[in-house]
Amino acid sequence: MADSSMFTVPQTIGHILCCKCGVPIVPNGANMCVTCLRSEVDITEGLKKHVIIMHCPECDSYFEPPRTWIKAQLESKELLKFCIGKLGDLTKKVRLVDASFVWTEPHSKRIKVKLTVQKEVLHGAILEQSYIVEYVQQDHMCESCTRIQANPDQWVAAVQLRQHVSHRRTFFYLEQLILKHGAASQAIKIKQVDEGIDFFFANRSHAMRFVDFVGKVSPLRNRHDKQLVSHDPKSNNYNYKYTFSAEICPICREDLICLPPKVAASLGNLGPIVICTKVTDRIALLDPFTLRHCFLSADQYWRVPFKSLFTSRQFVEYIVLDVEPVSNEVDFGGSKYKLADVQVARKSDFGRNDNIFYVRTHLGHLLNPGDYALGYDTYGANSNDMELDKYRGLTLPEAILVKKSYGEKREKKRGKARQWKLKSLDMEVDESKGRSDKDKIASEYEEFLRDLEENPELRFNISLYRNREYEPSEIASVTTGEDLPSVPLEELLADLDMSDEEDEENGMRD
Amino acid sequence: MATRLMFENSCEVGVFSKLTNAYCLVAIGGSENFYSAFEAELADAIPVVKTSIAGTRIIGRLCAGNKNGLLVPHTTTDQELQQLRNSLPDQVVVQRIEERLSALGNCVACNDHVALTHTDLDKETEEIIADVLGVEVFRQTIAGNILVGSYCAFSNRGGLVHPHTSIEDLDELSTLLQVPLVAGTVNRGSDVIAAGMTVNDWTAFCGSDTTATELSVIESVFKLREAQPSAIVDEMRKSLIDTYV
Repeated sequence: MADSSMFTVPQTIGHILCCKCGVPIVPNGANMCVTCLRSEVDITEGLKKHVIIMHCPECDSYFEPPRTWIKAQLESKELLKFCIGKLGDLTKKVRLVDASFVWTEPHSKRIKVKLTVQKEVLHGAILEQSYIVEYVQQDHMCESCTRIQANPDQWVAAVQLRQHVSHRRTFFYLEQLILKHGAASQAIKIKQVDEGIDFFFANRSHAMRFVDFVGKVSPLRNRHDKQLVSHDPKSNNYNYKYTFSAEICPICREDLICLPPKVAASLGNLGPIVICTKVTDRIALLDPFTLRHCFLSADQYWRVPFKSLFTSRQFVEYIVLDVEPVSNEVDFGGSKYKLADVQVARKSDFGRNDNIFYVRTHLGHLLNPGDYALGYDTYGANSNDMELDKYRGLTLPEAILVKKSYGEKREKKRGKARQWKLKSLDMEVDESKGRSDKDKIASEYEEFLRDLEENPELRFNISLYRNREYEPSEIASVTTGEDLPSVPLEELLADLDMSDEEDEENGMRD
Repeated sequence: MATRLMFENSCEVGVFSKLTNAYCLVAIGGSENFYSAFEAELADAIPVVKTSIAGTRIIGRLCAGNKNGLLVPHTTTDQELQQLRNSLPDQVVVQRIEERLSALGNCVACNDHVALTHTDLDKETEEIIADVLGVEVFRQTIAGNILVGSYCAFSNRGGLVHPHTSIEDLDELSTLLQVPLVAGTVNRGSDVIAAGMTVNDWTAFCGSDTTATELSVIESVFKLREAQPSAIVDEMRKSLIDTYV
């Protein structure tokens, strides 16, 4: 029966007269009506109402002293934040409740922001007031736009990437890597030259970053140098042009190498004939006869640089006649190898004469009789290598197989579009060289694409995009036991369909 | 008639003076202006006495009195007490009381019939008040404030209380005091009523910051001129229309 709370009389607040104008109001801290309070006290007194801001008309950005330019659209969040920041520390004087833009004609070069602030006045009454701040936009080009305007080709740092080999496979692969990681996003210009690519940057640190990136994905040696462009004696500012010269090692995947004696000894007497299986920032070498493998880092290579004996240009096609496995499967660097004794004949010899070779190969896990393989014809080749001469009593096998060939099947698929495609960098091509290279380059690119299809580990670092123009063939593909290796659908990225607005850096190659 | 004045650049005239129907106490100031203002108004009716209490000038807040008597705190010196006894009329009993809350002006608000006191006042003090001042004593709070002597000022004809007083409280106090009460401000919105003004049955003195509106309210509630309280607001509104912009 007892009440849980005390009996409290309900309190109604009465009205008093505003001390200035006499209207009945509810009593507040100042005991004045709002109008009188407003007329008495202006809480926006002392706040900035008129500010001048710098705007770059080229890149639509606003100047934030001392040095940065902030890109912002008209009436955007970033611009609002920038404008409020320009008013100085508001929070020390008043409390900011709301801020919004008032529409102004863009050509008027005025930006108006309406701010609502609150402040405590006179014995605890909190007054809220809105006021408008006007920003006058003065046009002033930012330094980067000025520099670009003055001389569009002006570069500060250049990276010259070279590889002294006769093919461009490395550069195709590098191009894809660069695209995937966006390493060349800060490059002003990219120029393709014979045996290499030149990259131009506006900033030395961008160039260094790029060189570091390439150094991480390929064995590189580099030099750098600088040239004085101008000198301001009063402020002692020196402007330089920096150049970096980077050379990629000429050893490529699937090359046959005869190691110099010193290098072979340092690697634990690895048989002087090795195949290069993978090139990242280290070179992976595999002895095909003993299945021993090792890695050579960039420093080690460049200490005693050596050239390859045979490159993939010199591949010869062989037909496998018989396979006899010798050892068990060995796993090395993600790929499996198996020693086997095989009977092969060159394709050119097959059916015409009885030249059959018995060789040992590391591809025992892949080859079956009747398969085609690509290898180096050491029997018929005349190699003029100094390193080879250093080894006395070294007998080379007649053929060294390097990889399996899908040549026949490729014939059937020739001319059909692939399910995937690659993007390419926007490069200037040096037109001064002869134009017979065009076909050569096209066929090299085709081989590169085939390489990608056959090797999943190569695809690991590359973005492949789905080809919207690809139609699966209507003719039921005749499967003769083995399918051609192709890129599974899960690996393909759906390409963004913004062909009109794409970056200048990325073009589409079909 | 309500007069506006200042004591040495302060508008809190209720702090430095004590006005009743039988006498007026005024603090000793540097210039004579304050004293002259009271003299001019009251000289022919009641004595105006310059004094200090406990050596201070804040006499309005330290003592409480009406036409029957005057109560001063225990800090009053003997000389001051004697001076008061000599200057005031004989029927006014001047009594010094021992009370822990020595700012009697802040703790007690009274007219000639009723007194409102601080809730924590001693029982003996309450008895002395009832005895010396001849009033009925009620312990009350005003708008939640226990210093009733500061937040309300009332005479035998009307009273002004703290602006935040609720309507129920106003009704209750009005019944107790048997005078009409109004909630309002003095000295441009200050809610410490008794510090900003002092009043008796026919005259009132306010700080010079008091606005015309506040003055009209004071004059109407204390019935210092011949006008009905209800007509005040309409009259004011008509005359004030041009001050709205």
